[in-house]
Amino acid sequence: MSDNGPAAETQEQLHGCPVIESRGQRVVLVPRGDYVKVMKALVADGFDMLVDLTGVDYLQMPDRNVGAGVVPERFEVVVNLLSISRRERLRVRVQVPGDEPTIATLFDVHPGSEAHERETFDMFGIVFEGHPDLTRILMPEDWQGHPLRKDYDPGRIPVQFKGANA
Amino acid sequence: MSVAEHDTTDVDAPVPGPRERTVSAITGEGGQELSSRAGMGAKELLREVGAVLRMSESEAAALADIEADPDEDQTMIINMGPQHPSTHGVLRLMLELQGETVLRCKPIIGYLHTGMEKTGEQLTYMQGGTNVTRMDYLSPLNNELAFSLAVEKLLGIDGDIPERAVWMRMLLSELNRMSSHLLFLATNGMDIGAVSMMLYGWREREEVLRFFQKVTGLRMNHNFIRPGGLAADLPAGWRDDVLDILEMLPSRMEEYEILMNGQPIWRERLQGVGVITAREAMALGTSGPILRSTGVAWDLRKHMPYLRYDQVDFDVVVGAYGDAYDRFAIRLNEIRESMRIVYQILDRMPQGDFRVQNKKVTPPPRARIDESMEALIHHFKIFTEGFKVPEGEVYVGIESPRGEIGCYIVSDGSSNPYRMHMRAPSFVNIQAMPHMMRGGMVADAVAVISSVDPVLGEVDR
Repeated sequence: MSDNGPAAETQEQLHGCPVIESRGQRVVLVPRGDYVKVMKALVADGFDMLVDLTGVDYLQMPDRNVGAGVVPERFEVVVNLLSISRRERLRVRVQVPGDEPTIATLFDVHPGSEAHERETFDMFGIVFEGHPDLTRILMPEDWQGHPLRKDYDPGRIPVQFKGANA
Repeated sequence: MSVAEHDTTDVDAPVPGPRERTVSAITGEGGQELSSRAGMGAKELLREVGAVLRMSESEAAALADIEADPDEDQTMIINMGPQHPSTHGVLRLMLELQGETVLRCKPIIGYLHTGMEKTGEQLTYMQGGTNVTRMDYLSPLNNELAFSLAVEKLLGIDGDIPERAVWMRMLLSELNRMSSHLLFLATNGMDIGAVSMMLYGWREREEVLRFFQKVTGLRMNHNFIRPGGLAADLPAGWRDDVLDILEMLPSRMEEYEILMNGQPIWRERLQGVGVITAREAMALGTSGPILRSTGVAWDLRKHMPYLRYDQVDFDVVVGAYGDAYDRFAIRLNEIRESMRIVYQILDRMPQGDFRVQNKKVTPPPRARIDESMEALIHHFKIFTEGFKVPEGEVYVGIESPRGEIGCYIVSDGSSNPYRMHMRAPSFVNIQAMPHMMRGGMVADAVAVISSVDPVLGEVDR
């Protein structure tokens, strides 16, 4: 466990959300309810480019220390923002519970999030509410399950060799 | 098991008569396809006609090329790809046409999806390079570089990489940028109809790949840039080989200019085609030559330097109109800028080690294994178990020939990544295609795809 515990008086805040350092990179831990509001505020701050949006399934790390006293949940939506004017990067991490994997879409703030959100839905089953076209993007339409979840069994396609049982 | 279910559903179902089972029933992608016009949300349409949702609806309508969208019965939906010579692999576009005018377009991807991010979780950090190098197969060394930089940052050894290794990485990634852009010139020429350019582009690229083969042993998919440094030192005579390439290219580039820029047909096929504005390009998250073609001078090598790009002199090439011609011209001139950088690297290449001497991360030299028990143990541990990386998460983005390639790694403290995600520039850039194509001709669709220069290997991963 690192020393990111509740050091309330020294905790840096950004739009009411705790900011932590991860290997020298700035990370904002945003609660799910404030997600869109904070993203809009960050656009106003100059972080007007959404570089990347992806998910992580922390199923096998339930007791991890997110930092700043934030309660860990099963999923995390990770957004990498870039400010061209300030030449800065900022990462936004949102905890998303496993029993209710939904989060608001960023389509209205960053139209470029569309394909990323579809991919995250496809791979993790995280539903982006309000997304205009939330369908699978990489896997076939009738695929069962979400491959990048940690409890997804990759499975094997049975291979038959002539005269041998493999 | 979910995979098996998917494979058998069609087989076990009662087989309908041969007439009933249409091709679309077998190959259709259901909800992923271009939806009917009635089913399309207003928001989606607005985004496509250029409203990037930071302007009002009336502003957006004023920008649209087509005054009013026609009824559905006047249009036709056709498939372009996945098996189409100008779709650069297996990109499938569904185009809605009115006559020869493209109204809507939807890229449908996933035909090359092999689950490389899932595979990345099974491989150790040592083996990970073999996986990521296959994503953008036209700039494999940049993929490896992004992955290696991310792992080094997690390990906390990003400041310890020897100078020679850093400059070697720059040399290789710049030569890779040249080979990738040369191939772009070839495919762009082929797509537009300048078939002789295809032969020239492939020919010159092969010279660069021959150098890569001499250095890494392979033409592509090198796994040469590894966490901690590189796999080997540069071979004897490398300087002459690089100089041969650098001396061959300028006269050839002048030939390209005569063949392409100097030709009115070429210019007219590209100028004013697939236009995108700076604001739209940024809102859609595009990077690389597409963003720079709109006049935004943004190059990570210059503006957020990594390696030693802050110590070399080069210019960021930007366009003015955001059209396909600008994107062509930017790539052509970026080859020249890369050559400038390579000349400076040749002058400044330091002596020293090609990888960090940290026995926990890099294997010991072969000779040491014969004389030291400890070296043997380190060697064995690295190649069986791999090295352990402290818990944490990190994102590193670098400038690949196609834009920002980023690597996001989450480590749980073991020897393979808990999550390995690559931010593939082509994946994001093809999002801009529907907007670039809208209101253009079908024939120009080919020029637009070509100017985006997607590599489907990294789109689908």
